[in-house]
Amino acid sequence: MDFWQNINWFLMLKCFIVGGLICIIGQILIDKTKLTPARILVAFVTIGAILGGLGIYQKLIDFAGCGATVPLTGFGNALAKGAIEEVGKSGILGAFIGGTKAASGGIAAAIFFGYIASLVSKPKMKKQ
Amino acid sequence: MKKIGKQTIKFENPVNILNTACIVGPKESDGPLAKYFDKCLEDEFWGESTWEKAESKIIKETVNTAIAKSNISQDKIDFCFAGDLLNQCISSSFGLRELNVPFYGIFGACSTFVEGLSLGSVFVESNVAEHVICCTSSHFCSAEKQFRFPLELGNQRPQSSQWTVTGSGVAILSKSGDGPFITHTTVGKIVDMGIKDANNMGAAMAPAALDTLLTHFKDTGRNPSYYDAILTGDLGYVGKEILIELSQSNGYNIKSNYNDCGVMIFDKDSQDTHSGGSGCACCGTVFSGYVYKMLREKKFKKVLLMATGALMNSTSSQQGESIPGIAHAVSIEI
Repeated sequence: MDFWQNINWFLMLKCFIVGGLICIIGQILIDKTKLTPARILVAFVTIGAILGGLGIYQKLIDFAGCGATVPLTGFGNALAKGAIEEVGKSGILGAFIGGTKAASGGIAAAIFFGYIASLVSKPKMKKQ
Repeated sequence: MKKIGKQTIKFENPVNILNTACIVGPKESDGPLAKYFDKCLEDEFWGESTWEKAESKIIKETVNTAIAKSNISQDKIDFCFAGDLLNQCISSSFGLRELNVPFYGIFGACSTFVEGLSLGSVFVESNVAEHVICCTSSHFCSAEKQFRFPLELGNQRPQSSQWTVTGSGVAILSKSGDGPFITHTTVGKIVDMGIKDANNMGAAMAPAALDTLLTHFKDTGRNPSYYDAILTGDLGYVGKEILIELSQSNGYNIKSNYNDCGVMIFDKDSQDTHSGGSGCACCGTVFSGYVYKMLREKKFKKVLLMATGALMNSTSSQQGESIPGIAHAVSIEI
């Protein structure tokens, strides 16, 4: 019962709305521009890194939690944040080490689960 | 055989289309023309381990079906013209490597089917061949992988994009027979209007279709009403509208008897293919299945079949090059 009582429903709502809004921006870019999905993904990471580097993205995370960290912009933010932190610890070399270090969990998980998925599933013709 | 006008060849002894065959994939089997196809597959792999192998099997089996239907033995076929969309045309060359018939691999992107008919007719009319087989294939999954994104990526398709037809169309040409006959062919020029969007092929190819259409009318002295049906290969909904408008502004009204194979093969409302069908097999299967039967039943007597092709590859579109288009036409009468 504690589990249910401890849920912050208001934060959940904020998370849902912010995460959804970020995805809506992506959908609009797919539908209304000639940008390829690959370019949109790269743009999201870059924007996240810039906003993260400027300290703006952290405010969005404080407000919406996973709504801001799960979309790709959150990955960009993690790269920037990791780089900045590592520079503090080990100097300028940290700018090259910190980003991937901070994001290593996500990257390794993506490769691992991607591989598992490729073993158990087979691509099919889409329905539409 | 003589050249008339700028780009048209007139066959003095019109070339007979002895028989045709077509096999289509699962989505085409749900479409409005399903009953005209020789075989409808339920599985896009057709028991093979890859889509490329499946596509080769489709073209091979379609060729076998066409030969069986036309009651001639395989060694009576003098030449084969075949092409497809995959790199170096492997669907055709792998699928037909056991055919044992002199083989010309051709590439005209989605215009390949009519390019084959055009070349094959010249061979038959010039007396170097008794029978010529013209074939082409395409496969949605292998084409998406090569030209756009691998299906594993789960990408969304934009509204202007077209659905590559899975299937193969084959026609056997012969010197004599009771028709339908190929009477003229108008060979298209490469036309590039600067469209760069690989998801909007219809707009890229429509100007090429217009060029061939106008040239055909000029060279032959005909006008649109001469034909029961004018069919383009795979302009789709977007390209079809553009071609109607462009023709109108050039003084030809094709609205009443013009259609596009990419529009005909799928149902717009229930199948959600966005802008219609495309691919070598689009024109190939619609002609071999539907149009040929209509000609044999004399429901169509004069048809202008004009396959359109986008002559790009995945490297050229990644490098931001525009898409050159082409359209080849054959006039078929009975």
